[in-house]
This record gives sequence, C-alpha cells and structure tokens, in this order.
Amino acid sequence: MAKIKKIPSSEITPEHIYNERRNFIKNLGLILSSTALSTFTNTSFAGLNTLPSFVQSKEHGNEKLSSLKDITSYNNYYEFGTSKSDPSDHADLLKIDPWSISIEGSVTKPLTLDMDALIKLMPIEERVYRLRCVEGWSMVIPWVGIPLNSLLKKVSPTGNAKYVEFVSLKRPSEMIGQKDDILDWPYTEALRLDEAMHPLTILAVGLYGKVLPKQNGAPIRLVVPWKYGFKSIKAITKIKFVEKMPITSWMKASPKEYGFYANVNPEVDHPRWTQATERRIGESLLAPRLKTEMFNGYQKEVAHLYQGMDLKRNF
Amino acid sequence: MKFNQTYIKRLIFILGLWPLLSISIHIFQDSLGANPVEFIERHFGKWALIFLCLTLSMTPLRRITNISQWILYRRMLGLFVFFYASIHLLCYIGLDYHFAWIDIKNDIIKHRFVLVGFLGWILLLPLAITSSDKMIRKLKTNWKLLHRLIYVVAILGVLHFIWLVKKDLTEPLIYAAIISILLILRLNIFKRKKF
Repeated sequence: MAKIKKIPSSEITPEHIYNERRNFIKNLGLILSSTALSTFTNTSFAGLNTLPSFVQSKEHGNEKLSSLKDITSYNNYYEFGTSKSDPSDHADLLKIDPWSISIEGSVTKPLTLDMDALIKLMPIEERVYRLRCVEGWSMVIPWVGIPLNSLLKKVSPTGNAKYVEFVSLKRPSEMIGQKDDILDWPYTEALRLDEAMHPLTILAVGLYGKVLPKQNGAPIRLVVPWKYGFKSIKAITKIKFVEKMPITSWMKASPKEYGFYANVNPEVDHPRWTQATERRIGESLLAPRLKTEMFNGYQKEVAHLYQGMDLKRNF
Repeated sequence: MKFNQTYIKRLIFILGLWPLLSISIHIFQDSLGANPVEFIERHFGKWALIFLCLTLSMTPLRRITNISQWILYRRMLGLFVFFYASIHLLCYIGLDYHFAWIDIKNDIIKHRFVLVGFLGWILLLPLAITSSDKMIRKLKTNWKLLHRLIYVVAILGVLHFIWLVKKDLTEPLIYAAIISILLILRLNIFKRKKF
C-alpha cells in the first residue's frame, strides 16, 4: 500500500452517493466479478484509491450506515488522547509507511509482511458491521478488509496455539496520547483461536471504500463485530499465537470492568454503563435508544462458540 | 451602593444564562457532534458543577477580601446549580431514556455513578425550596444547618463525574481539587485567621 494521506473532505464520496452506488449495484442484481469491480472502484474513487479492487458487501440489512463524518470524528483511540475528537485531531502525526506486521508464536511458518505484500496475499472484501462500544453507543460501518482466518491459515498454527494475541504500535512521539500512562502501552488484545478463525472476524484496511483513516486504526485493525469495540485493536504490528490466555490492556487496567471475552451482552451490565440499550450515533436528537442484541445481533453466527459457558462469569 | 448591587445581580443573572444560550447556538448550527444527546447532557452537568464551585467560593471570598458583598450573590448562584442540575437530569430522563422509567430505575440502582448523581440532585431540592427570604426567617438556625447539605452535594457531584470516567481522570480531578480547596477553607483553623 502506498503512502496514505489524510483524505481531504472534498475527495470523500458523499454518503448518499455511496449509498446510491450500492443500491444501483444491488438493484441491477449484478454479480460483480473482481475485474468489473476494479473498473467500478477506479472510476468512482479516482485519484485517491490505494485499495485494490474489492467485492462489495451483498447484505447489510436495512440498517442505515453511519456517516463517514461520524465514523471518522467520534473515536475511542487513547493512543491519541482520551476525548472522542483527539484521534481525528492528532492521528495525522502517525507515520504508517513503512509498516510491517509479523505473525509469530506457535506457528510453523512465521511471517513478516509489509502492507503491500499483505494486501496482495488475498482478496479484500467489504463487510458492513454494527460496532457496539462498551460505553453504550453504536454505529454501522462499511469496512473493507480480509477475513482474519485466511491470513492465519497461511502460517500454520501448531497444536499449542490456543489464543491469538494482537499487539498495537508504541510510538509516543507520534501517538501523543501514549505520553500519559493511561494504559500500559502498547495496547494489546487477544481472541480465543476459534474466535480468531471465525469467518466474521476480519482485519480491516479500509472503510467506505477507501483506505482506512488513521483515526480508525490505519493501516490495519481488527474488527470483531460481536464484541465490544475495544476488542477491535487498531494499528496492529504483531499477531502472536500463544498457549495461555493473554491478559489484555483493558483487563490489566480494570479487571472488574473488562473481561477477556467482552461479548456484547445486554444481560450483563458493566459497572458504569447499562448494556441493555444503546444509542445509535447519527440519529436525531430525539431518537430513542435501541435495544442491544445478544452478541450485537450476530447470535446466529457465533453463539455456538460459547455453548455451555457462563457468560456472566466469562464477561 | 444599593444601585450597584442590583446592577451586579442582574449582570450575574444574565451571564448565568450563557450555558443555555451556548447550547442553543450549537443546536441552531447543528454542531452538537456525533452524539448530540451526550453532548447536551454533559454540557449541563458540567455547568452545574461550575456553578457549584462558584457558589462555594462566595464565603471564602468574603473572608479573604474582607468584602461582605460576595454573600449577596450566593443564593442566585446556588439556584443556578439547581437549575442546571435539573436540566441535566431532565436530559437524562427525557432525551436519553425517553421516560422509560424501568430502564431509568435499573440504571440508577445498578450504576453507582448514576446513583450518586441522582442523590446529589435530590439533596438540592430542599435547598432550592428553602431559598426564599421567608423560609430563611422561618427556619432560623435550622436553615444554616440544612444548607450545609451543599457540601454533601458537592462531594456527590464530583464523585458522579469521577465514577463516570473510564480512565482519564484529569477533568473530574480538577473539579475535585477546586471543591476540596473550597471545603478546606471552611475549616476552623482557616476561620480563626484574619486575612
């Protein structure tokens, strides 16, 4: 991936046009081959497009996508500061070219890749997911990325691999929020192997058909849609297969509040926030809260992963 | 002198309406950000705390400056605390929860930061009700005793903010520091000294 610049607002495809395009494709019922798509993306996002062609998401229910403005200006990304506007204000400082990501630990074929190589390794695709923050708000985001399992399979995990740990970047000179010991930097997260291999779990490299903005975790971040947002670690530099359950950044910071699983669960309240309902970002001032769904609405796909587990204890 | 005081009181009253005006500007310009409900709720919560600090400053200021006039503005500032805390609560109940009483009840019971905030507002009620000259005369010495509740409200208000915050305590601790200083200044050792 070439150098990713901050996207000037003039070059961002307005949402309604983006949605019209999506509907246009949908209505025509086109099954777009990747060649057809490449024409589509190149002409639509001329001048800026550094993502390879991708398959657009076929289904995103009836939910309205959150606006690009909201997605890129209301972020929790403590590496750049603790207020919601800090990431969009300060993420510009971060240099993400060159970038390398290593996949190591209990694997037979460890890998270190730059972004260019990673993106050529497998086709990217669009996934529209709900994102539910532990603080009780949510968005709907059209991510572009790769299924994590397709990458993980390439390194051939050994029998000892039970968990997958993710490590983010530590570079306080460019991530100015890291000058404060808010968390134990670098930020780390982890998934159980079966969660990491689940087809819904992706590594995102873009959103709204564009290269991922820095405040959203460029150049590459995790997206696990049935878990609270903090599990979806940003700016990943290392993926490590391990045998023991890793202690993640938030578990370290506040073990009573943040468990390893952090599955969206309306029945298990957080000590601070209700998890029964959520506020959808971008709705009008007078819109009511929405009922939060079990596993953020992905129950059908993921509930089997947790069969027989006490989800109140394994929060 | 009399004219001067009325003039200042009016000025404080008008300035005290600034939080209402500023939020109106935001609504009018559609600049409430991605989470407008949270924005408005926090705005009024923050202003309730600011007026609480101002209210608690009047007595120490009187002693430090040796000017008794400060005390004349205390009641109005205190009523502004009640005013903005009430709007803050209304935003929570109406805007955020759409009067879903069961959800609200659960939220108050289960989350300590909500609980202390709610208790703080409850304790403000008797203070607002007994703020008139008539009530001051009626309650005599009890009035002073009753109105010491404002110290409890201050502590609850700051706790409400501290417990809300996930990790970065800077802002709530600034309020905690200011309120601590204002409470410490009321201790007897400071009272005996002549400034």
